Amino acid sequence: MGGGEVVSEKLAARALGKRFDAGGRTVEALADVSFDVAAGEFVAIVGASGCGKSTLLRIIAGLESATTGEVLVDGRGVVGPDRDRAMVFQDYSLYPWLTVLDNIRFSLNLRVNRSAKSGGAPGVAVPSIAGSGVAGQGGEERALLLLELMGLEKVRNAHPHQLSGGMRQRVAIARALLAKPQLLLMDEPFGALDAQTREVMHDLILHILALEQRTILFVTHDVEEAVYLADRVIVLAPGPGHVDSIWRITLPPALERTQDLKLSPQFLAIESDILGRIRATSGLQSDLEALRRLTAREMIL
Amino acid sequence: MKHSLWVVRGPLSRRLYLLIATLSFCLWIAVWWAVTALELVDPLFLPGPGAVLRRSLGWLMDGSLLSDAGISVFRVTAGFLLSAVMALPLGLVIGAYRPVRAFFEPLLEFARYLPAVAFVPVVLLWVGIGESSKIMVIWIGTFFQMVIMLSEDVTRVPLPQIEAARTLGAGGGEIVARVLLRSSMPAMFDTLRITLGWAWTYLVVAELVAANSGLGYAILKAQRFLQTDRIFVGIIVIGLIGLGTDQLLRFIHRRIFPWAGARS
Repeated sequence: MGGGEVVSEKLAARALGKRFDAGGRTVEALADVSFDVAAGEFVAIVGASGCGKSTLLRIIAGLESATTGEVLVDGRGVVGPDRDRAMVFQDYSLYPWLTVLDNIRFSLNLRVNRSAKSGGAPGVAVPSIAGSGVAGQGGEERALLLLELMGLEKVRNAHPHQLSGGMRQRVAIARALLAKPQLLLMDEPFGALDAQTREVMHDLILHILALEQRTILFVTHDVEEAVYLADRVIVLAPGPGHVDSIWRITLPPALERTQDLKLSPQFLAIESDILGRIRATSGLQSDLEALRRLTAREMIL
Repeated sequence: MKHSLWVVRGPLSRRLYLLIATLSFCLWIAVWWAVTALELVDPLFLPGPGAVLRRSLGWLMDGSLLSDAGISVFRVTAGFLLSAVMALPLGLVIGAYRPVRAFFEPLLEFARYLPAVAFVPVVLLWVGIGESSKIMVIWIGTFFQMVIMLSEDVTRVPLPQIEAARTLGAGGGEIVARVLLRSSMPAMFDTLRITLGWAWTYLVVAELVAANSGLGYAILKAQRFLQTDRIFVGIIVIGLIGLGTDQLLRFIHRRIFPWAGARS
């Protein structure tokens, strides 16, 4: 979308590098990672375990700092976490003492959103990023809307420990969407769910996002999930983590995708190409060689 | 299908649990009674259940058992509350901020190995032999442990809860008050329940050394007159008060934190 001369990207990662100390020796987790995400785009990051995909997402969220490079949202550099980049975690991020509705409403009672409610607040915390943030009556109504959209009305007064894993992730997504974040960051949000629940969540998220028009950066190890959900898939290769390849997914638009699509030749072709890249960049190939050598040694008794 | 009771970590019905627990209690009383009734042990060393029961009734009738227990409960409560009121905010900030932990931790780790009992003479020197000396001994015995345990409760709050709050726009103070405090409350409540038990230990120490009332003092006095049965009454009463408060606090815990104990 858009020409090359205007800043049309919502998010820009510029030459991100990350080194950290692990017991005295320096580990290079990421090196020179650059990519853009356009406004309204759904980008998935996949890669072998240890390729630094979660670290990358956490740097963009501001939960960790990059050693080199910078993260730009709407052309402005970001420092530290903020509500314009809400994050959905794999699990254990809900507040067990709050009901489902109060979990979703959590950010309404935070200072950043409260002060925007009344105009008389003494000039603090005016929303820094246009478009994000929600306050007052609008926020309460939006919480109820998200409750309904996510199919959580029946459990609005339940506590998280009474919910299934899938329902808990619906709450986490609704909570993150409440303040209309510029960027929704998802770190393997369905990684702890069973296959059937995951399928339901995939269709749910495609519909919600078509309605919400958010920009998404989604980390997963599940290539099928990435291809089904994303507009583009970035393959991150390990040692240190770098962008191996970027795949544009040309499938029917989000709302026309169904589970059957996962079995179509076109879908399977993209999926196997991406899986091939991940295998080529990980150590798994050599493990297989070692296995063949071992089994060739007539060890069967 | 009938399940064996001897499956490792196997299930056990509530009814059967209570039955076994009651049997155990009766069994130990019966052993106690048998040992003394058969005069296997000199009553001076181990009085029988009957003698202890008679003594406790007599002690109760002359009114001093209740007042002794009352003053002891007061001292434990005061010393424990003083510790808790100081330890809760300190434990919370130590658990929340690493620099605060770095500042206090070495001091606390050192202080918790200080023998509270050995402080009794100095405490008497500092605050005299009034109520404050007993309260202060309990404070010395419980405070340092309590701070360390409470700060550990705070550090066990799942990281995603904190990070989710940060990406939702919460500031540092808001995370401490709305996430760390709320999330660690059930664990903190348990920590307080456990340290309350220790407070009783230090109470008896304080009363043995410097008091003229209370259950600990009564035990010391009974020792002078070789009234072993009275010593046993004192010990059993402290045990019962401890057990009662513990069960009450467990009950309250279940009522006010119904969501605790399940991770989410």
